[in-house]
Amino acid sequence: MILERLFFILFAVVAIAAAGGVVCFKNPVHSAFSLIVCLLQVAAIFVLLRSPFLAVVQIFIYVGAVMVLFLFVVLVLDIKKASLETFPGLKRWPVYVILPVMAIEFLIVIFGKSFAHMQMAEAGAETTVEVIGLALFTHYLLPFEIISVLLLAAMVGAIIMAKKRWN
Amino acid sequence: MIFSLLDVLALLPELILVAVACILLVLDPLIKKCSGLAGVISVVTIIAAAIATYCIASGDLAGGSFFADMHKIDLYSVFFKMIFYVATVLVMLMSFQYVKTKDINMSEYYILMLFSLTGMMILASAVDLLTIYVGLELMSIPVYVLAGFKQSSRKSNEGAMKYIILGAFSSGILLYGISFIYGLTGTTDLAGIAVALKDPVTSVPALSIAIVMLVAGFAFKIAGVPFHMWAPDAYEGAPTPITAFMSVGVKAASFAVMVRVFMVGLEPLYDQWVIILIVISVLSMGYGNLVAISQKSIKRMLAYSSIAHAGYALLGLIAGTAEGVSSVLFYMAVYAVMNIGAFAIIILLSVNGRIDQLDSYRGLGKTNKLVALLMMILLFSLAGIPPMAGFMGKFYVFKALLSQGMVPLAIFAVLMSSVAAYFYIRVIMVMYMKEPDGEFKMFKPACLYFVILLTVVVTIWHGVYPTLLIDLARLASSII
Repeated sequence: MILERLFFILFAVVAIAAAGGVVCFKNPVHSAFSLIVCLLQVAAIFVLLRSPFLAVVQIFIYVGAVMVLFLFVVLVLDIKKASLETFPGLKRWPVYVILPVMAIEFLIVIFGKSFAHMQMAEAGAETTVEVIGLALFTHYLLPFEIISVLLLAAMVGAIIMAKKRWN
Repeated sequence: MIFSLLDVLALLPELILVAVACILLVLDPLIKKCSGLAGVISVVTIIAAAIATYCIASGDLAGGSFFADMHKIDLYSVFFKMIFYVATVLVMLMSFQYVKTKDINMSEYYILMLFSLTGMMILASAVDLLTIYVGLELMSIPVYVLAGFKQSSRKSNEGAMKYIILGAFSSGILLYGISFIYGLTGTTDLAGIAVALKDPVTSVPALSIAIVMLVAGFAFKIAGVPFHMWAPDAYEGAPTPITAFMSVGVKAASFAVMVRVFMVGLEPLYDQWVIILIVISVLSMGYGNLVAISQKSIKRMLAYSSIAHAGYALLGLIAGTAEGVSSVLFYMAVYAVMNIGAFAIIILLSVNGRIDQLDSYRGLGKTNKLVALLMMILLFSLAGIPPMAGFMGKFYVFKALLSQGMVPLAIFAVLMSSVAAYFYIRVIMVMYMKEPDGEFKMFKPACLYFVILLTVVVTIWHGVYPTLLIDLARLASSII
């Protein structure tokens, strides 16, 4: 268990550092790679939670598909120009005030009262592909089917938005 | 768990809509020649779905839960579904002429509306946070696209961009809140959540964070202050019928789900969420009404007024009683009708080449007596002046509030609605007391006139004789 906790801390720290990197790096390519690192750590945490299926899906979809899309966008961007540009003259001080307050608030709430005695949602009971597939097509059939309609609607919408319709 | 044919039957109205939307997508190249056919087919489909809903609600399936207790057919959901049907049909009717003049005449315009309507219906029936989230997205994503449908217009693009980015952000917050609730209660089923929350073991501070996040996510959808930033720009930029659709359909559906989540699932935490809702309601009423005063564009003015109306409707939820819920239902039905009527008049004038600036309404009372009269009735109703339906809507909300002893809040709401009267009546003043800039020749699209007359008749009818609708609303809210 101690080893597991050590690994969790390792993954979590790297994930948070990488997430910070996504925001802080000036070069969009560095940000994109930082995001890949972050997502890989999250996949590793899924493995620790005994959810190998989710870990694989995380790598396939986020690290694979989504990130490739991101990098394509970055490819099309003019990197030199993009990395030089800063946000237009926004006042940033509210961010520096609000963020720490929120962070402290969250920490207080999370560590304020122990969760240990609570009946948490069952974690890592059975997470094989078979169980997940069965759940999707029995208990969660309705949301699953709605998602298919949602994806269709989103696809139609994306095509409508991207298609040039006027001269 | 085995599903029977009954489950499918219970979902029949939604299935009809999705099926026809898919067929229209495929047939689009064939029917492109006869313009407007897609719209007519969509209207007929929605009427068919409404009949199906009515049959299901009056049959044996009423009151049951389907798809593993995720989809509920009760009077509450049927009441809201009927609002959505009426709103969508009216919006489609007023689109026929508009899309031709603005050069956005595409079948996808109606198809996306059908998808969005399906999302709203799922929301009205949803009793599980998972279905609620998916339904919310199915409702929103087509609306994001519709808001930016005028590709050549900068404002339309800007509004849609703001809407989609802030919308994605708020969905994330909502989802985070849902995950907190799931983590703490171990279920996504609303009834199960209520049971778990009654157990004192579950009362940890983290629940407050979850509530804040849920409220933020829903407040974005109803455009409550301070989550309203997108609303004025998106409302102004969107094609006018879509503005009506957004300010009526999306808002009513969000209220439907909000009332269910808070009154069923989070009912044991009433003391916690009511404070946040009071803040949002007060801010919405104050900010929406005060900022609306300074608007030059009628569409923008109605956008701010719709923010304020969200604040009024929230009062019913804040009361937290069955009476309060029924007043929300009544308010939403009335608000839907009168707001669509007002937007229909804006479209009627814009089809005739008038822009939506306040100044372009000068002297309408002299050049077009009928249109000015109808607009006056609808604006009086929005302002809440008897004997229009808007007054009865506010009356029931305030009554529910007062019976819970929340007097200061009710006084503030009344004060704010007198502020609102100023900017609604200013439009009437401009129409009747200013000299016209010149003659306008009006051509009269029959569909638009039908929508306007219908909304005006319904507005007066429910103002004079609200018993029928309020009884229905009471019946529908009795299950909550």
